Amino acid sequence: MPDVVLNAEGLGKHYLLRHRIAGYDTLREKISENLRRLTAARRPPPGPREAALEEFWALRDVSMQIRQGEVVALIGRNGAGKSTLLKIISRITEPTAGRLRIRGRAASLLEVGTGFHPELTGRENIFLNGAILGMPKTEIRAKFDQIVAFAEVAQFLDTPVKRYSSGMYVRLAFSIAAHLEPDILIVDEVLAVGDAPFQKKCLERMSEVAAMGRTILFVSHNLGLVRSMCRRGILLENGRIVCDDLVEVTVARYLEGLEAVASSNLLERPQRRGTGRVRLSRLDIRDTNHAIKSSVEAGQALQFVFHTTGRLPALTCSFTIYDSVGQAITCFDSALQCDPDPANNADVPPFVCELGELFLTPGRYRINAALYCQDELLDHVESAAILDVDPGVARARPVVATPGYGSVFMPHRWMGPC
Amino acid sequence: MIQRMPTSSAAAVAHPAPGHTPPQERIIEAGRRDSRYLLELWHYRELFYFLAWRDILVRYKQTAAGIAWVLIKAIVTLLVLTVVFGRVARLPSDGVPYPLLVFAAMLPWQFFAGALTDCSNSLVGNGDLISKIYFPRLIVPGSAMIVNLVDFSISCVVLALLLAWHGFAPDWRILALPLLVALAAALTFGAGLWFAALTAEYRDFRFIAGFVVQLGLYISPVGFSSSVVPENWRALYSLNPLVGVIDGFRWAILRGTPDFYWPGLAISVAIAVLLLASGLWYFRRTERRFADVI
Repeated sequence: MPDVVLNAEGLGKHYLLRHRIAGYDTLREKISENLRRLTAARRPPPGPREAALEEFWALRDVSMQIRQGEVVALIGRNGAGKSTLLKIISRITEPTAGRLRIRGRAASLLEVGTGFHPELTGRENIFLNGAILGMPKTEIRAKFDQIVAFAEVAQFLDTPVKRYSSGMYVRLAFSIAAHLEPDILIVDEVLAVGDAPFQKKCLERMSEVAAMGRTILFVSHNLGLVRSMCRRGILLENGRIVCDDLVEVTVARYLEGLEAVASSNLLERPQRRGTGRVRLSRLDIRDTNHAIKSSVEAGQALQFVFHTTGRLPALTCSFTIYDSVGQAITCFDSALQCDPDPANNADVPPFVCELGELFLTPGRYRINAALYCQDELLDHVESAAILDVDPGVARARPVVATPGYGSVFMPHRWMGPC
Repeated sequence: MIQRMPTSSAAAVAHPAPGHTPPQERIIEAGRRDSRYLLELWHYRELFYFLAWRDILVRYKQTAAGIAWVLIKAIVTLLVLTVVFGRVARLPSDGVPYPLLVFAAMLPWQFFAGALTDCSNSLVGNGDLISKIYFPRLIVPGSAMIVNLVDFSISCVVLALLLAWHGFAPDWRILALPLLVALAAALTFGAGLWFAALTAEYRDFRFIAGFVVQLGLYISPVGFSSSVVPENWRALYSLNPLVGVIDGFRWAILRGTPDFYWPGLAISVAIAVLLLASGLWYFRRTERRFADVI
């Protein structure tokens, strides 16, 4: 087939993980560390941080063909192998197995602004970054004005970029990358930056690139964007391709997958972190009559019930609610006890978190949950449950979906000239 | 596996960009050596220049003295070495002014020390680039060498001034200097490649490089002439490849040295070739892993 620009046969990438059993990289740990500093309580030093070796296939048996001019979406949960695949395609890392044939140059917008030097001016950085991305100097010079105009930084060209606002920084970085003319353009979640008009401009630029007959590989958690940009979607799960079809089919399959994992026994989830001394076995969402619900009306009371495989004296539980595009909305932590919390009772499951009123707008939410014992992460499960919120009434005020305008309802009242 | 032609929006497929010739195919698989590495280095040649330019530009930003730091450092070191070895220890100067004897040796020594340190930190220092963008990794230590060559040329100007001050004119031997610079560069780059690749995986080598540089000043004939080393120890002493390089520099700049030890230079050349070849081999062998280990 003459027009195949990318042909992967059985690609695999294998890592040996040496992970610390007690990590230090979660919000919960930051909070507890801050609290500890506040209270200045004396604590025993943290336990020994052991290292364990784990064999891990980030990518396994990936085969696919992409033709000239296709705009393909790569979809999958975090850790499904999308980034690893992109890194192999852009030659940053080498596969452990399989073979990849690429026709032409692949350039990635993996992280815009990589290689920017804060001390250099905007002008200097355009040349430096262009060279890093593989653009010859003549090409940069030819496109210089376009790049500057696109980024809207003309007045600040001779200012060191360390004095740029973050918006300007990102615009300049994206602008350079967007004027690359690779045969295969890899776009990884970069459109999440900048304000709305700039995002629109970026999308237009991508469509332009696509219209020039270039191939685009697109990664985003924004499923609406994926659907509007791409025709074809590839779904990765645990490093394997599980679906390669029209983008609508793939997105539907992806969403199904999220729900399917949410309804199953948590102990069967292979993808989890933590030492595992105690594990989460089930997460139920109940109404106040203890009836398990799959969807809840906004404004109603509900309980999150966490079942675990055991109990420990200092066991704590935390969970975070994410919206449908993967944005964290709010998080809860049982380590932050206060007086009204009743003492533990042997009859109830280890953790029940009760919300008096659900102040979320209608839509679909995902919950990640984790168990801790002091600083030790025992268990962490992604998408432990799916929470569907239906339209309802909170504090006598209707709560309706406001897509794109936030997902939190705040109790309020209006006073006006009536 | 589904191979589906995209339907409507892919009308562009029928009209590929004008003048867009189908590019060459590249195969990526485990352990495969890319035969086009040299070609690729050539394609990325501007990056050599840009990375070096960045490092030079950035190095003296927000400093008041700027590039004059190269001179200040050279002059202070020269004074200290001259006083300690020439005045206090009263070592022989082979009939040339002691500052000239010291400075002729400081040229290659400072180049070696600076370039080795920069090379070994270069991959780690550019870790964010390496883990996110592909380019031939050899460019990174390569541009560290260029930065130090620039410093070296500034020091050469200082040498010229110093020669004029002492009214000392070099003879025809100075023509050999470019060859000796090439020898010093090959030696340094070879060692630098080893340290860069090893530091990427084991940060220990950052300290080892610092150690080599610190001790090297004492075991190399920088502050003194190598003629103070007893004759029957000369061969052993010359196993330090810098001995040959430094003696060579003195020979070229200072109108020859009384009893030039030619075997020492030969040993230096041999070690430089060996280091450069093995350094390139090791770097090429490990560079595909850099993004994973850095």
